Amino acid sequence: MKSGIAEVLEVHEKGRRDTLIPILQEIQEKEGYLSEEAVVEVGKHLDIPSSRIYGVATFYNQFRFQPTGRYHIQVCRGTACHVLGSATVLEHLEKLLHIKAGQTTRDGLFSMEIVACIGACGLAPVINVNGEFHAQVDAEKVAAIMEEYRKREETL
Amino acid sequence: MDCTIEVNNKKIEAAKGELLIDVLSRNGIRVPTLCHMKNYLPSGSCRMCVVENLTSGRLITSCSYPVEEGMRIQTHSPRVVESRKTIVELLLSNHPDDCLYCVRNGKCTLQDFASEHNVVERRISGKKNDHHKDLSSASIVRDPDKCILCGRCVRVCEEVMNVSAIDYINRGSRSVIGTAFNKGLNISSCVNCGQCILVCPTGALSEKTHIPEVQMALNDKEKMVIVQYAPAVTVSIAEEFGLEPGADLNGLLNAALRKMGFDRVYDTSFSADLTIMEESAELIHRIQNNGVLPMITSCCPAWIKYAEEFAHDMLPNLSTCKSPQQMLGAVIKSHISEMEQKDPHQIYSVSIMPCVAKKFEAQRENMTHRGITDVDAVLSTRELVRMIRLYGIEIDKLEPETADSPLGVRSSAGKLFGNTGGVMEAAIRTAYYKLTGKDLVNFRIPEIRGFKGRKETRIRIGDLELGVAVVSGLRNAHLLLEEIRNGRNDIHFIEVMSCPGGCVAGGGQRVGCGESDILARMKTLYTIDDQETIKMSHKNPEIIELYREFLGEPLGHKSHELLHTSYIKRDVML
Ligand code: SF4
Ligand code: SF4
Ligand code: SF4
Ligand code: FES
Ligand code: FES
Repeated sequence: MKSGIAEVLEVHEKGRRDTLIPILQEIQEKEGYLSEEAVVEVGKHLDIPSSRIYGVATFYNQFRFQPTGRYHIQVCRGTACHVLGSATVLEHLEKLLHIKAGQTTRDGLFSMEIVACIGACGLAPVINVNGEFHAQVDAEKVAAIMEEYRKREETL
Repeated sequence: MDCTIEVNNKKIEAAKGELLIDVLSRNGIRVPTLCHMKNYLPSGSCRMCVVENLTSGRLITSCSYPVEEGMRIQTHSPRVVESRKTIVELLLSNHPDDCLYCVRNGKCTLQDFASEHNVVERRISGKKNDHHKDLSSASIVRDPDKCILCGRCVRVCEEVMNVSAIDYINRGSRSVIGTAFNKGLNISSCVNCGQCILVCPTGALSEKTHIPEVQMALNDKEKMVIVQYAPAVTVSIAEEFGLEPGADLNGLLNAALRKMGFDRVYDTSFSADLTIMEESAELIHRIQNNGVLPMITSCCPAWIKYAEEFAHDMLPNLSTCKSPQQMLGAVIKSHISEMEQKDPHQIYSVSIMPCVAKKFEAQRENMTHRGITDVDAVLSTRELVRMIRLYGIEIDKLEPETADSPLGVRSSAGKLFGNTGGVMEAAIRTAYYKLTGKDLVNFRIPEIRGFKGRKETRIRIGDLELGVAVVSGLRNAHLLLEEIRNGRNDIHFIEVMSCPGGCVAGGGQRVGCGESDILARMKTLYTIDDQETIKMSHKNPEIIELYREFLGEPLGHKSHELLHTSYIKRDVML
């Protein structure tokens, strides 16, 4: 089976450096994240050093470099959520899980991402875990929610 | 000069389109800069070089602003000075503030600017940088906490070296300079040239120091500590001691090293001669036996690593000769240990190099022979100067001494190794003799001398016409290799040095050297060549003796065992 990386590269002309961002987006779409292999292969395809690709990719918030966890948390940092304290929510989640946005916990259970308004402003501040929305969260609530997912995992 | 501008109320002539900073410096006006690099396209990112444009009322970056007819400039108005001061204060706001413990203490541009701008209290305080030091490389230490993101390292690494091991990572306040995936430099494509250290304005980049190990060895009564120094070193330290830049301190250095406690003092120029004996034999062998050509020199370990990463197709072209450092190391741990009746394990072999890639080279696996390393520690020229101070030696007050024999006599050809083109010139002299039985009358080959990044010429040796090319700066090497890949076949022998100008401008040299310092060093090496009597490696009596006593003949069995090496394909994140 061809890897997602190869499939993406196949349809993009070699050496066309202006296609870097779309290529990275498509690979992330397919693979869920940008692996070291992906960066190296894209580099070969477009003749760009991997340090440059990594630099460009980290410039944008949209790319991740670790596979997503079993529970992928989207923390909304849109305006409504911001006004109602999403910064504190994010900070607590980071402390609780010992990861930053864009990263995945060592056990592979949780990963986190910052997103712009997810259209649930009425519920602000809101987080979305694998499609389940949690409304009006605060520090305490997110702790309970994470605990909940952990338990769910143990009983599986 | 086709336009006139007014600077600090005085009319000045300039050429249209010229960068303002060049006009200012020509007229003796110094503007502080951080990101600016001479002969590079301007980046204009740090804003340290701002001046006030009275015509537009704006602060403009003089390093990136082309002059315009009639423009009126103030370079040190209160507004300008205050703006520069604020930039320095902002840079200091997250800085670790441990100057006293910093390798660049006293030699740091950030410190200088803070002091020049009278920064004596903290007006802006921010969260201190808190990154990991990268100690993974054998040659380079990166301390991102001290980085002010000027980008100079990124630019040399890409534009001069064609390596691009490092780049800007992340964005905004989280920006850092790092490798792909923020991995250690050791598994990046970094070739350890150290040119990034030379351009870094702060202590964010430095060499991996070996001073403590060397001190320990010097204090160890059981150890016989032997030192060698590279050709470029003796002409690169004078200015550190208030003497004329480029002056040759060879004799004083021998004396200083003995004062520090080194038991034997050898000159790497001797093994440069040895390299020439082996390398010219190899070249002739390849030419006469339909071997792989062009042959490419192998004395520069940064170039070797580059080829192992980026030019796998050219590995068979590399000369199998070890570099002079490693050759001398190997002779010390074999022949000299025998002569001194010492177990090689009792010998601690130190080399002093204008180079930090040599630290990497010394620990390459194939530089250890039956568990014995050729070279145990490598000091850069910068570390040498620190040690001379540490031992309280006033070098200018010493009496010159000669290096120890038998590895102490050198030809001036070996000494030329410090300059780009020097290895080539030395090799041609000896190859000429070996092929014709006569010595070159015109021993100088002016076409391959001088600072230029690419030099080529053709040399007639008997009925053979040899095409030779000399490149320094790995981008220049890359461009030449591309020509060869595309079918160019008139070149038989190539010298590659990673550092632009060769080892006189090496990554282990004093930080802050100007072009004039480097040219002075080059000139001294050529003067030595003019003045000394032994001008050819094959005429070095101790080389002749070493072959008779110990090695046999060039490319012989012993040579192969001790003086030659092999290369690997390296799989790194390119
Ligand atoms: S040592 Fe040379 S190759 Fe390595 S990062 Fe610095 S400039 Fe680049
Ligand atoms: S490491 Fe040094 S040269 Fe590189 S960006 Fe930082 S301060 Fe500038
Ligand atoms: S050119 Fe000389 S100083 Fe520079 S990396 Fe090569 S050997 Fe070292
Ligand atoms: S701002 Fe968070 S859902 Fe709209
Ligand atoms: S030196 Fe001009 S902007 Fe940095």
